[in-house]
Amino acid sequence: MSDLQSPASAAGKATDEAPTESTAGANAPSATAKAGRSFLPQSTLPRHLLVLALSAVFAVVLLEVSSPYQNSQIATLSYYAIAAGGLTVLTGMNGQISLGHGALMAAGAYTTALFLDADEPLPLPLILLASVVVATAVGALVGVAAARLHGPYLAGATLALAVGLPGLAIYFHDIFGGEQGMRVRAPQAPDAFESFIETVSGNAASSTKWLAYVGVICLLITYFFLANLVRSRIGRTWRAVRDQEVAAELAGINLGAWRVLAFVVSAAAAGLAGGVLAIVVRLAAPSGFTLVLSLALLTAIVIGGLGSLLGALLGSALLVFLPPFVTNLGADFGLNGTEAAQLAPFVYGVVLIVAMIFAPAGFVGTIRLRRMTAKAKRASAAQAKAAGSNGG
Amino acid sequence: MAEAHGSTAVSATGTTGGTATTSRLLEVENLSSAYGPVRALDGVSLSAEAGKITAVLGANGAGKTTLLRTISGLVRPVSGRVVLDGEDITKASVESMVGRGMAHVPEGRGVIAELTVDENLRVGALFRGKVGKDEFDRVYDLFPRIAERKNNAAHTLSGGERQMLVIGRALLAKPRVLLLDEPSLGLAPRIVAQIFGLLRQLVDAEGLSVLLVEQNARSALSVADVGVVLNLGRVVVTDSARTLMGDEDLRHAYLGF
Repeated sequence: MSDLQSPASAAGKATDEAPTESTAGANAPSATAKAGRSFLPQSTLPRHLLVLALSAVFAVVLLEVSSPYQNSQIATLSYYAIAAGGLTVLTGMNGQISLGHGALMAAGAYTTALFLDADEPLPLPLILLASVVVATAVGALVGVAAARLHGPYLAGATLALAVGLPGLAIYFHDIFGGEQGMRVRAPQAPDAFESFIETVSGNAASSTKWLAYVGVICLLITYFFLANLVRSRIGRTWRAVRDQEVAAELAGINLGAWRVLAFVVSAAAAGLAGGVLAIVVRLAAPSGFTLVLSLALLTAIVIGGLGSLLGALLGSALLVFLPPFVTNLGADFGLNGTEAAQLAPFVYGVVLIVAMIFAPAGFVGTIRLRRMTAKAKRASAAQAKAAGSNGG
Repeated sequence: MAEAHGSTAVSATGTTGGTATTSRLLEVENLSSAYGPVRALDGVSLSAEAGKITAVLGANGAGKTTLLRTISGLVRPVSGRVVLDGEDITKASVESMVGRGMAHVPEGRGVIAELTVDENLRVGALFRGKVGKDEFDRVYDLFPRIAERKNNAAHTLSGGERQMLVIGRALLAKPRVLLLDEPSLGLAPRIVAQIFGLLRQLVDAEGLSVLLVEQNARSALSVADVGVVLNLGRVVVTDSARTLMGDEDLRHAYLGF
């Protein structure tokens, strides 16, 4: 965060010397920048609704032009991105770290698995909602503990959750199927979906396609909610709690309550992600929710740019699309199957290191930083020009 | 020396405030605080009256910041009481203080870097729920410098602008008592004079009570009504600002000018 601020504050200092003129100069480029983006409405809700509608159209096009295999990859991306979006709100917006989001996803996945296992399963939206509720309850419990902990201690506590919770599935093996886990019945696509696909593209409305649509719909809804939350009073308060604990407390903000709220929101997203995972993978097993999953989510949000939903999406995309891409590339270069598969984690590691060196604020963070620096440069150039013309 | 000044203090408060008992908004009684074995405050008593600026002066380590932090509950006292408008708030939670009418602007200007100036102000009014636009406009009228930069991120502000922002944020809590910790720190003398001038206006117009902690004793005394000099956690002297300004020995010994 601090490296994000330094160039900008330096720019602020530079413009300080001539109070009135310079502030006008600093404001001018931001006004033009705003004018450049003016095809989007200025106020938050209409803007987010427009982005939501555009994303929905884009998603339908993407799902219809891509292959069934790519459809299933997009389904995978959607559950990673939902969980990562929730985590970036917690870690990026509120400054709390969690190594336990894999476990919260497990809570959602097992809930979905159990509900779908019934003879007369409830409608899918209700089942996913139940997953959200269960994960939220677990998250609230953890959040109450987390509100008192900081940094490494919080990491330790959530780590215990990541390791311990999947263990419950093994202990209560009669309900949760133990080590083998629970097979998840694929939910049936409604008839409306088939006719929708028929009219849009004429493709076959396969089960894979239906699951991809479910994933993408959940993703869009989650990001819409989170984006509005981040831009609201609640998001502002979270950032106040993160950046200025003492000032926030002195402004009458109950730090603990707001930290718990961040954890609860984040857990709700993880629960939904778990539910989607269960129906996409068709299995809820302890081996799917190891610490590696939690760490992968954390990596995704850091590499994408902490606190940014777009960053969480990009980070998740890297997580999902890079390994098969590298494996294929390896096979093309004549490696055998095992060798090509071993190449993927290696390349992923290299990408992480390269990103840490060249984009330490994450993809989105670094681009924002560049834009801010460029803006400050333009402002000071404009100022120098103005000063020059005044002098001559 | 302390004895002698103590006696003048009584006469000073006697002449300046006829209604002293009713206008004492904030009273600190025999307050002691410690960081582990280190005692930072040792039986400090003082009061802040409505419509007055009370300056707390002293060198580094005198206990000025600790005093404010103890009053607002960020540090819990070992003994003593803090009374706000007749109510004992010694054990009240930090986040309840603004609701009771006391705002504290901490040292180091806690602006929330990522938020805009306007959003920072909104954080100050958060606990009050819906707050009318006119109250924001009033703060912007007081500080036109930050009004110009309303939609800029707070991390682009200069030190002086940040100080104005955090004072504005505290004012949006509608406090009766304002605790200010070293507002002059790192600011150009011109900006300090500007901020102190505005503070004086506010106090005179609205009957606000300000407890101003300062190392810059000369500027602080020029704007304050009453001065309290701390040394090593104890009150050395309490007197009218004018008397303290005139006491050369005291200034040399404790105030460094």
